[in-house]
Amino acid sequence: MSQAAIDSAGAARGSLKSYLTGFVLSLILTAIPFALVMSGAWSTSAMLACIFVAGIAQILAHLHYFLHLDTSSAERWNVLAMIFTILIMALFVGGSIWVMASLNYRMM
Amino acid sequence: MMTTHALAIGIAHNEEIGHPDTVDMQTLGFWLYLMSDLILFATLFATFAVLGGAYAGGPTGKELFELPYVLGETLLLLFSSVTYGLVMVAVSNGVKKHVLIGLAVTFLLGLGFVSMEINEFHGLIAEGHGPDVSAFLSSYFTLVGTHGAHVTFGLIWMAVMMGQVVVKGLTSHVQSRLMRLGMFWHFLDIVWIGIFSIVYLMGAM
Repeated sequence: MSQAAIDSAGAARGSLKSYLTGFVLSLILTAIPFALVMSGAWSTSAMLACIFVAGIAQILAHLHYFLHLDTSSAERWNVLAMIFTILIMALFVGGSIWVMASLNYRMM
Repeated sequence: MMTTHALAIGIAHNEEIGHPDTVDMQTLGFWLYLMSDLILFATLFATFAVLGGAYAGGPTGKELFELPYVLGETLLLLFSSVTYGLVMVAVSNGVKKHVLIGLAVTFLLGLGFVSMEINEFHGLIAEGHGPDVSAFLSSYFTLVGTHGAHVTFGLIWMAVMMGQVVVKGLTSHVQSRLMRLGMFWHFLDIVWIGIFSIVYLMGAM
């Protein structure tokens, strides 16, 4: 079958450049939080914020440069499914923490 | 009668594997599976978030985790994600030899990651810090172990695909399967970002 058939779908559209860009970005976004926590230079809350920002940035870099998700119409359903999944995840994780912390507080 | 006939042709046309619509459909289907898998990991992350501080007199993450070791695991998985990307580039170029070399390198990097993780688990259990010690360690082993099991299945899948590339060549079937394995592999690297950030880095702070 023709090459074009496979290339029409998302994950196969990567070029060498996109993978290398993603790689360098990921290296930097991995090095920063590891270096911070290993050195213990900052306050706990500042390190927490940095871990979250670097983690989310790296996830976005992976989605963009490795999985090639974007807002094009071909990817629309993939992105919609992911947004719905993130909503469910927020309910699961946020709800669990909330309920259990509240329970813990009331039983103290 | 005419309608049925036309319909049959339409279905046959759409079900032809390698047809753009079919490949897009399969990609979306596999993506939906990945999203349901993400829900599984979300429940395990929620469990860890709730129980991660319940040490029951046992060791804490700060005492157990060695960040340089975790950084090594992280880099192995990141390298393997990039080498898999190079596999997909070689697939687009149609160079079978490069595809096989790329798959072999990715497989070895993934195997290195799983070996490091097994070694880490073995060390913890041998020192008496197994999953039965505290709720923290139970949720830790479940979350990280589930990810490790996924990577192991990815490795089995990768070995099968190497065989298919050798035997069948880069047919449209094999190409679309390689693409979905790539989605799976990149997805596992994304889950690992959550694990090293929340379990290891926040645990070692």
